[in-house]
Amino acid sequence: MLTRENLVNLILALGLLAVPLAANALGQPFYITLATRVAILALAATGLNLALGVGGLVSFGHAAFFGIGGYVAGIVAAHNFSGDPLLFGFSGTNQMWIIWIVAVALAGLVGLAIGVISLRTSGVYFIMITLAFAQMVYYFAVSWPAYGGEDGLSILVRNQFPGVMTMVPLNYFLICYIILLLGIALFAILRASRFGAALQAARQNEVRVATVGIQPYRIRLTGFVLSAMITGLAGALFADLNRFVSPSMLSWHMSGELIVLIILGGTGRLFGPLAGAALYVAFEYALGGVTERWQFFLGLILLLVVLFARGGLLGVLAGKARHG
Amino acid sequence: MTIALALEQLLNGLQLGVMLFLMAAGLTLIFGVMGLINLAHGSLYMVGAFACATVAAWTGSFWIGLVASLVAAAAAGAIVELVVIRRLYDRDHLDQVLATFALILMFSEGTRWLFGSFPLYLDIPPLLQGAVGLPGGTEYPVYRLAIIAAGALVAFGLYMLISRTRLGMRIRAGESDREMIGALGVDIRTLYTVVFALGAALAGFAGAMVGAIQSVQVGMGEPVLILAFVVIVIGGIGSIKGALLGALLVGVTDTMGRFLLPKLMLLFVPPAQAGMIGGAIASMLIYIVMAVILAVKPRGLFPPAHA
Repeated sequence: MLTRENLVNLILALGLLAVPLAANALGQPFYITLATRVAILALAATGLNLALGVGGLVSFGHAAFFGIGGYVAGIVAAHNFSGDPLLFGFSGTNQMWIIWIVAVALAGLVGLAIGVISLRTSGVYFIMITLAFAQMVYYFAVSWPAYGGEDGLSILVRNQFPGVMTMVPLNYFLICYIILLLGIALFAILRASRFGAALQAARQNEVRVATVGIQPYRIRLTGFVLSAMITGLAGALFADLNRFVSPSMLSWHMSGELIVLIILGGTGRLFGPLAGAALYVAFEYALGGVTERWQFFLGLILLLVVLFARGGLLGVLAGKARHG
Repeated sequence: MTIALALEQLLNGLQLGVMLFLMAAGLTLIFGVMGLINLAHGSLYMVGAFACATVAAWTGSFWIGLVASLVAAAAAGAIVELVVIRRLYDRDHLDQVLATFALILMFSEGTRWLFGSFPLYLDIPPLLQGAVGLPGGTEYPVYRLAIIAAGALVAFGLYMLISRTRLGMRIRAGESDREMIGALGVDIRTLYTVVFALGAALAGFAGAMVGAIQSVQVGMGEPVLILAFVVIVIGGIGSIKGALLGALLVGVTDTMGRFLLPKLMLLFVPPAQAGMIGGAIASMLIYIVMAVILAVKPRGLFPPAHA
C-alpha cells in the first residue's frame, strides 16, 4: 500500500543506493564511504529501535553490543593474520560470514547477561544500569592490553566475502546496504508478529499484558537480546569499514549517538534509524566542513529537535506515527 | 610498609567517595524533587573547575576561585534550568536524556571554544600544601585530607539544610507531593530553579576541589558523572542517605580494588599476568558490585518510600 510514509521510506532507501552509485560513476569514493557509514549506523540504530522504539526500553548501553561486534571482527581477523590459536584450536578467519555469526552470537550472549539483570529494573534505573554495564565493557577493553587496549586494534586487510572483492568501496557498500535492508525487513516482521504485539503492549500497559497471561519480563528480554544481536552485527561491519576497532566504539558517547539517530529520524518508525543516520552523517559532514566546532551546533540542533520537533524527520515528512 | 600503604589507599578512596557524594547529592536531589535525569551534571562540575582555575589565575587566590566556582556553577545551573530544563519536567526520561546529552555537547564544545584545548592548572593553596605523617611512616598530602573534611562538612550542612530549614521542608514536601505543595501556595517554579542551582553549586564545588589535584580540562566531568550515576543507583535514586553511603562504597571499592586485586591475583596466576588480570577486574569492580546489589535489591539500598 502506497501511503505517504511508505513513499518516504522508498525514497530514503533508493536515495541511499543512488548516492554511492553516482559517486562511483563520478570517481568520488569518499561519498561511497560516507553512504556505507550511514547504512551501518542505520543498522545499529535499527537494532536499538527494537528495544527502544517498540519495547520502550531506553537502553543507554547499546555501544557495548556495537563494540563487541567490532572487537569480534578485529580479534578474529588478528588471529587469522598471526596464526595464534584463539579458542579451542580455532585460529581465526577472514571470512565475513563466520565473523558475522560469531559477532551476533556473542552480542546476543552479552545482551542476555545484561538484560537478565537490567530488566529487573525500569525507568531511570534501567537507563543508568545499561549505561553502567556498557562502561564496564568499555573499561575492560581499555585495560586489557592483549588487543590494543586504549590504542585499539587495526584490521590490516578487510575481511573476505565469497565471490566479492570487499576492498572495492562500492562492493562493500552493497554488502552493508543489503544487510541493512534485511535488518529493516526483520524489524518489520518482528514488529508485526505476535511477539512484536506483545512487546509493544508491554510498553503501553505492563499490567494488562501480565493479566492476559504473558510475562512482560520474558518478552522484553527476548526483545533486548534480538536488539543486541542486530547492533552487534552492525559493529562487525563498522570495524571492517574502518579496518580499525577501538574502545571509542564502546564509549557512552556512542550509546548516546545511537539514541540520537533514532530520535532524529522518528522513534519506533521502520525507517526512522535510516532517516536519522542519513541526517546525522550529513550534519557531521556539512557542519564539519564549515566549523570545527560542529559538535556545538549538533548539540543545539538536537536540543531544538527534542524540545520542539518531537516526531523527528519522519514525523515532519510523513506525518504522525500511527501508534502512540 | 603494606599497612601504611593500605591506609593511604583507604584515605584516597574516602576522598574519591566524598567528591562523588557532592556530585551524587545534586543528581539525586534533582531527581527526587523534579523527577529529572540530568546528564549535564558533569558539565556543571567542569564549569566549577574552569571558573576556579581562571579566577585563581587572575587574582592569585585559590579561595576567591573557590567562591567563583560556586557562583559560576550555580548561575550556569539556574540559566540552564530557566531556558531548557524547565521544559523537560513533563517529558519522559528519554527526552530528558537526549536534551541533557545535547547540553553536554554544547557545554564541552563551548568550553573548548572559550578556553582552547589545553588543560588549565590550578595550584593547591599555600595553607593546605605539604603533608602530614601517617602511622607507619608514610606521608599524606594535607590537601586531600582537607577535601575529605570539606566533603564531610558539606554533607552535614546539606543534612541540616534539608532537615532543619524552611527551604529544606519545601524540598522534602516537593519530593513527596509536587502538586500538593503547589496547591498550598509554594512557588514551585522558583523552588525547582533553586534546587537545580543548589545541585549545580555542589557539582561546581567538587570540580574546583578536584581541579587542584588533576588537570582542568574539557570532558573531565564525564567519568565522574558516570560514577555518580552508579552511586545513586546503588544508593536508591532520590535518597541523600543512599547517595552518601553509595559514594563511600564506590570510592573505597574502586581505590582499594585497584590496589589489592593485582596483589590478590599473584596467588593464582604468574606475576606477568597478575597485574593485567587484576587491573582489568579492578577497573570493572564497581560495576560488578552494582550488578550484585541490583540483582538483590533492584531499587537500590535505600529506595525512597513513595513512587
